[in-house]
Amino acid sequence: MRAFGILLRRELALAWGKGGGPLLALTFYACVVVLLPMASGRAPERLASIAPGIAWLALALAALLSLERLFERDYEDGTLDLLAMGPAPLEAVAVAKCLAQWLATGAPLALAAPVAALMLGADLKVMPLLVLCALAGGLAFAFLGGLGAALALGSKRGGLLVAVIVLPLFAPPVIFGAGALDGYAAGLPWTGGLLFLLAYSAGAVALTPLAMGAACRSALD
Amino acid sequence: MLRVVLIQDLAISRGERTLFSKLDLTLRSGEAATLVGRNGAGKTSLLRAVAGLLRPAAGSIGFEDGNGPIEADTARAEHLHMLGHQDGLKSSRTAWEELRFQTLWTGGTEESARAAAQRFDLRRLLDLEVRRLSAGQRRRLALARLVASRRSLWLLDEPMAPLDAGQRAAFGAVMAEHIAGGGMILASVHDPLPIPARSVEIGA
Repeated sequence: MRAFGILLRRELALAWGKGGGPLLALTFYACVVVLLPMASGRAPERLASIAPGIAWLALALAALLSLERLFERDYEDGTLDLLAMGPAPLEAVAVAKCLAQWLATGAPLALAAPVAALMLGADLKVMPLLVLCALAGGLAFAFLGGLGAALALGSKRGGLLVAVIVLPLFAPPVIFGAGALDGYAAGLPWTGGLLFLLAYSAGAVALTPLAMGAACRSALD
Repeated sequence: MLRVVLIQDLAISRGERTLFSKLDLTLRSGEAATLVGRNGAGKTSLLRAVAGLLRPAAGSIGFEDGNGPIEADTARAEHLHMLGHQDGLKSSRTAWEELRFQTLWTGGTEESARAAAQRFDLRRLLDLEVRRLSAGQRRRLALARLVASRRSLWLLDEPMAPLDAGQRAAFGAVMAEHIAGGGMILASVHDPLPIPARSVEIGA
């Protein structure tokens, strides 16, 4: 447990550090959110109705940004060898990395999501639900993204491969979250979508570390 | 503390190619062995197999402490340390940040990290970013981590390559001390180590 804390602190420092981190993800998020309405035509009422959905989808895209570096840099510079010989199994190392990824990009993005939705004209009442969906969904995005990053280890053009592996896995949480937000805004039943989203996130957090550990081991072999 | 490393009938393949097979090697407390052989003979692969990073094609690698055999996973997590070709240092972090993290991660303490930095004459470099260090200085930083983590089995892959003559002598003294204290060293080398060591031919 002590070792896990040491590793988490380092991963956070690396994720917050120079050349990226939350600022890059937030900037990218802002760009997507500003561009999408330009493509959707001028009809403020239509924009307002899809605003929560846009704010939500853009989150999934922004979550892809720094995934490639998650394991690749440690693999290239030999740190992964060191991490593999430490007191915690590689599965725990993977959890620490994904958790740091979530804290450094997922959580700031979740706080930015309501601002973006508000700019697009969404109703104020969906904001608490949007933040909740963004936090839970961000956790799923971080862990699934970690899975993609671990599987792409050592391959050329890893970044592209990560996106191709990960985007289909992002579909269910995007659908569940959008369903909950839409339903809530329209006064329809919405708890089902939210519960599915929470369950999907919990499943991702519980299962992907096993796959990430195995993928890292096979990359080192 | 680890007392014996027992390698029996070991074979390692990379892809379709068998690098070596039927390797037997026993290393006991207070012994050093150097692996010699041509490039690509499998010296690094053997070290990685002992460290558990690479799965051998056949044979076994066992570890014993004073009371008999122990689990390989325990031995690897608590008793050995490998220093590979790459130093595993992040260029954007400072030398001290990296040394501190790596030492704590591998079971050392902040005091042991400071003492090791002193030992390898790194005190003035600790505040610098790793990218500003020379190859030799990076290697000294990695050696400091090796000493600070206080493991009994050292797996060294060409440890001396980037070091100057003075630093080689200093590291020789560190290795002699480690051996005298009951530690073990398994090193892949082209130039002989500056300490008495058994030589093991790989892939002959």
